[in-house]
Amino acid sequence: MSEGFLTQAKPLSSSTVAFNFVAENSFGIVAPVERTEAELIAAVLQGDAASFEPLVQKYSPRVFATARRYARLEREIEDIAQEVWVKAFQKLQSFRGEAPFEHWLMRLTVRTCYDFLRSHQRNREAAFSELSEPEDDWLDRFAVQPGSASEDADAARLLVQKVLAQLSPPARLVITLLEIEERSVKEISELTGWSVPLVKVRAFRARAEMRKILARIAKGKYL
Amino acid sequence: MDLEQLRQKLLATARANPPEDHVPYAFEKRIMANLSSKPALDFRALWARAMWRAAAPCVGLSLLLGAWSLFTANDTTASESLSQDFEQAMLAVVDQTEETW
Repeated sequence: MSEGFLTQAKPLSSSTVAFNFVAENSFGIVAPVERTEAELIAAVLQGDAASFEPLVQKYSPRVFATARRYARLEREIEDIAQEVWVKAFQKLQSFRGEAPFEHWLMRLTVRTCYDFLRSHQRNREAAFSELSEPEDDWLDRFAVQPGSASEDADAARLLVQKVLAQLSPPARLVITLLEIEERSVKEISELTGWSVPLVKVRAFRARAEMRKILARIAKGKYL
Repeated sequence: MDLEQLRQKLLATARANPPEDHVPYAFEKRIMANLSSKPALDFRALWARAMWRAAAPCVGLSLLLGAWSLFTANDTTASESLSQDFEQAMLAVVDQTEETW
């Protein structure tokens, strides 16, 4: 292989990123070469910043999906994703390769989202507005017959977003990871850097906090 | 209304509706452009910059303290020279020992 140039990246399995690293050998034959994540990371660490692009392309959907759990505005979501990738690039030296790159990146993403929640904590109180008519109707249906209130209704989706937006940053993070993404306590501990007992304590408090918010909504509506 | 049931229902709603994972068009190009425009962290340069920033306040503070000590010096207790003061301070322990003997 004498010289090569990068073209379009195409995500494949978890450990391989296939992309057209077109290489010309001594016979003048041009052939695409697949490089693994480890090779890409090693290349980035050696100063080849362009090798970072296939990683960005492969894992951005996961980063965006995670960011959308914690931020509502598309501008904020993009800011979070951008921050994640800039941090990933700057801290790539700390990636030791013992665990998959995806796990390391998800830790970084979750922690960046948590930082985002903490920095926007002041907006939390102001964010809660009165229930809209469809949300009101959904709650009425639930109050009369819990089974009849559909989980797929837009009103329910909006209501859950409103309730989650009212939670404190640690409560929102732990509820999202534990009860929505259904991760184990150990996994959450690894993702957040909190100890296992701390995760349990925060989960207990988060559930109580959520019940309190729901009680406030119910009180405002039915009492 | 059963609040725990409502909580479970809302969480089930959130589970049933995972967020989208679409990425804005050419996002990776923007990231790469952003990364290439950001200079690499040079810790030596950062340290030098911090030192230069600290230099002015340090000079200011030392001038202020110098002026303060100059103008508030008590002339009545001051000795004739600095060397005498220094010698006295250094030999204070010896003097005390001699007195106790």
